[in-house]
Amino acid sequence: MKIRALAVLLAVSASVALATSMSVQVRNVKVRATPSQLGRVIATVEYGAKVQTGALQRGWYPVTTADGKKGWLHESALSTKPIAMRAGTSDAATGVSDDEVALAGKGFNEQVEAKLKAEGTLDYTWVDRMAAFVISEEQIKEFRAQGNLPGGAQ
Amino acid sequence: MKARPSFLTMACFALLIAALFFGCAEVTEIGTQLAWEAGVISADEAESLNRGVKAIEKTYQDLTPEQEYYTGRAVAAQVFQSYPPLDQPEANAYLNLLGQSLAVFSNRPETFGGYHFLLLDSDEINAFAAPGGLILVTRGMLRCCESEDELAAVLAHEICHVEKKHGLSAIKQGRLTEAFTIIAAESAKQLGSEELASLTREFEASVSDVVMTLTTSGYSRTQERDADAAAVQLLRRAGYPEASIITMLQRMDERLADAGGLGFAKTHPSAQSRVGALASTARQTELVSDAARQERFSAAIQPIVASH
Repeated sequence: MKIRALAVLLAVSASVALATSMSVQVRNVKVRATPSQLGRVIATVEYGAKVQTGALQRGWYPVTTADGKKGWLHESALSTKPIAMRAGTSDAATGVSDDEVALAGKGFNEQVEAKLKAEGTLDYTWVDRMAAFVISEEQIKEFRAQGNLPGGAQ
Repeated sequence: MKARPSFLTMACFALLIAALFFGCAEVTEIGTQLAWEAGVISADEAESLNRGVKAIEKTYQDLTPEQEYYTGRAVAAQVFQSYPPLDQPEANAYLNLLGQSLAVFSNRPETFGGYHFLLLDSDEINAFAAPGGLILVTRGMLRCCESEDELAAVLAHEICHVEKKHGLSAIKQGRLTEAFTIIAAESAKQLGSEELASLTREFEASVSDVVMTLTTSGYSRTQERDADAAAVQLLRRAGYPEASIITMLQRMDERLADAGGLGFAKTHPSAQSRVGALASTARQTELVSDAARQERFSAAIQPIVASH
């Protein structure tokens, strides 16, 4: 009886330990139905959003979004540090020290870029044009199929 | 009025200096705590000292993907000053199709702003990976590729430089320490004009460090070898023949010899040594390029090859 209670306790604490909160560290990212960059899209989560993560499996975390959607995110999209959005935004962090958070919008940021643009130091025209080259997953799948590239599940 | 014990003061300062010298935050914290308790420094000063030491310990690995993104944008903008972009919508669209279909198989498929690719109007045989995923390929490099598989090898190599943050590693530590100190001190409020000016200076210098490495001095041999080895894995996962990286390197070697050691030759180890290092990892399968891939490759690069 005692052993069973202990086992239950261990199992509960293990599952609690596994569910960790992580933050999205890229501008936005798609939550996938399967651990693959070409998997079906369940939801899109934005920079700074918190998700509950399970154990990492070959570069992918099983995640639950704030509104309860379940799927997978690649580890490169997530940070263990909560992301404090800038003061004035709804997610602005309060009462946390610099070591605990990655400060969004601080440092090498759009404020610095705006200053360089204003000074006429750098021309970002082509950088913006380049960033506008966005290829959809449908295009990638079609490109791969047309080029006879095999399977390719990550 | 509180008397200041001179022995304790000196001891505290000695401890502080030692701690700063050896870069040990823990000793500093004890030191600043002692100094504060002894009334040598104010609580604010103690806090600021501790913050400074923590900033010193931060490296390029501590730059967030967002900071990396802004660095990469400025790096690309600066590279365009010496290598103007090639305004060829169809060829650039093909380059992005190929590049982005490779990037999804990378060990780092997600960066802050994603992977984007662009051709440069230069006959120099070269390719650059700006931090965060802005990848630039010269017309000269494109001409060096005889198939989609070989161009895939070039792009895979550049994607792996991004994955491993090789560009960011070129930033001198002193600049990052300065920047992190300003960022830490200013976390509670928006940057004032003076802090913004110093931060912008550190940023510009950091960007120049990266551009200098990309265009002039080159990455280390180890970094190039790491990117080659990772590119082989990436090609394998994406379904491209991994031996294409070897044929690509060998052809580049021939063309570079004709070009008199400019561009890529200046910033990369010899193809021979890179092929040698790859021999054990890349499977030497027979290279039969797929007809459909060959057709779309030729169609996409035709206007560029024909333009000279």
